[in-house]
Amino acid sequence: MTKKSVCIIIPAYNEEKSISSVISSIRKISRRYDVIVINDGSDDKTKEVTEQTGTGILNLSFNLGIGGAVQTGLKYALAKDYDIAVQVDADGQHDPRHIPQLIADLDSGTDMVIGSRFINKTNYKASFLRRLGITIFSNLILFTCGKKIFDSTSGYRVFNKKTIAFLVRNYPIDFPEPESIVKLLRNGFVIKETPVEMNRRATGESSVTPLKALYFMASISVAILIESMKKY
Amino acid sequence: MYSILDNSLTLRTQLFSIVGSILLLLIIINLIRREYLKEGYSLLWLLMGGLVLIFSLFNELLFSFSNFIGIDYAPAALFLVLIIGLMLISMHFSVAISKHEKRIKELAQENALLKSMLNKKERKRKTSKK
Repeated sequence: MTKKSVCIIIPAYNEEKSISSVISSIRKISRRYDVIVINDGSDDKTKEVTEQTGTGILNLSFNLGIGGAVQTGLKYALAKDYDIAVQVDADGQHDPRHIPQLIADLDSGTDMVIGSRFINKTNYKASFLRRLGITIFSNLILFTCGKKIFDSTSGYRVFNKKTIAFLVRNYPIDFPEPESIVKLLRNGFVIKETPVEMNRRATGESSVTPLKALYFMASISVAILIESMKKY
Repeated sequence: MYSILDNSLTLRTQLFSIVGSILLLLIIINLIRREYLKEGYSLLWLLMGGLVLIFSLFNELLFSFSNFIGIDYAPAALFLVLIIGLMLISMHFSVAISKHEKRIKELAQENALLKSMLNKKERKRKTSKK
């Protein structure tokens, strides 16, 4: 069997401090992976720092948000005919050491693998609100799609070719992580979760205040319900 | 049952509203004529301007309409019609904006992919020249 080609998609918005260490730790895992950084209209030196590492980069003219950035990477992967695409955050919270395991778990019967913080007990300590939100989303997805997804907000994901082609055509933009799960499940795609450790953000502070968190929770819940009512 | 307020649209009010709605229609037509407003978007505005004009020309129509839906104060029925019209127009705008946002996103993505392709070609050309 020939080895499958792998494209690692890193959406980055103002991540000049962490992007190069993320890229070099991926390189340490394997040289076989092609890395593409999606610079989502950053105001800082994300573009220059990435170019210094010699990594492929796609520069969006303005900030599209995480959904639009990831979709750009998927479009790239589709155009270059990659077998597998891996989405990794640029802020260093996804440990690249899990990538080989995540790819291995993408067997012939699976369309997407999610790196999940909550399948096994891990050291990841999420805030109370975040855990509450994730429990609510998890149950909403169970209710609308009949499948338990523990970590629906994780952006650590592996896609096969079929999933890439599907998401290039319809990728949700506002809350892409949970919405895309509903979209994929409703269209008969098979999703699997693999336990991963996640680091706390390496640099920068999360900008989410408790009030914002509640607001996000409500809008994501509504988005999941709306997504599950859409016609295809 | 008629309220005493039924005849509150005096001749002066009527004249005022006729002039106002003709002005509104003229503004809309002028915007379309100068191509500031696409014909497709302007249909709703034209309909609304026309509706206001019809109601101000034939105010009995307004009275019978307000009676029909059970509103005692006839001008309130006019407000209702206008508010419904405005809501339809702003809904129409939300739909149009969503469509444009999606198109702009697609263009930005395509642009990023094309830029990178062009960059690669340029670099190849430069290295082969050396």
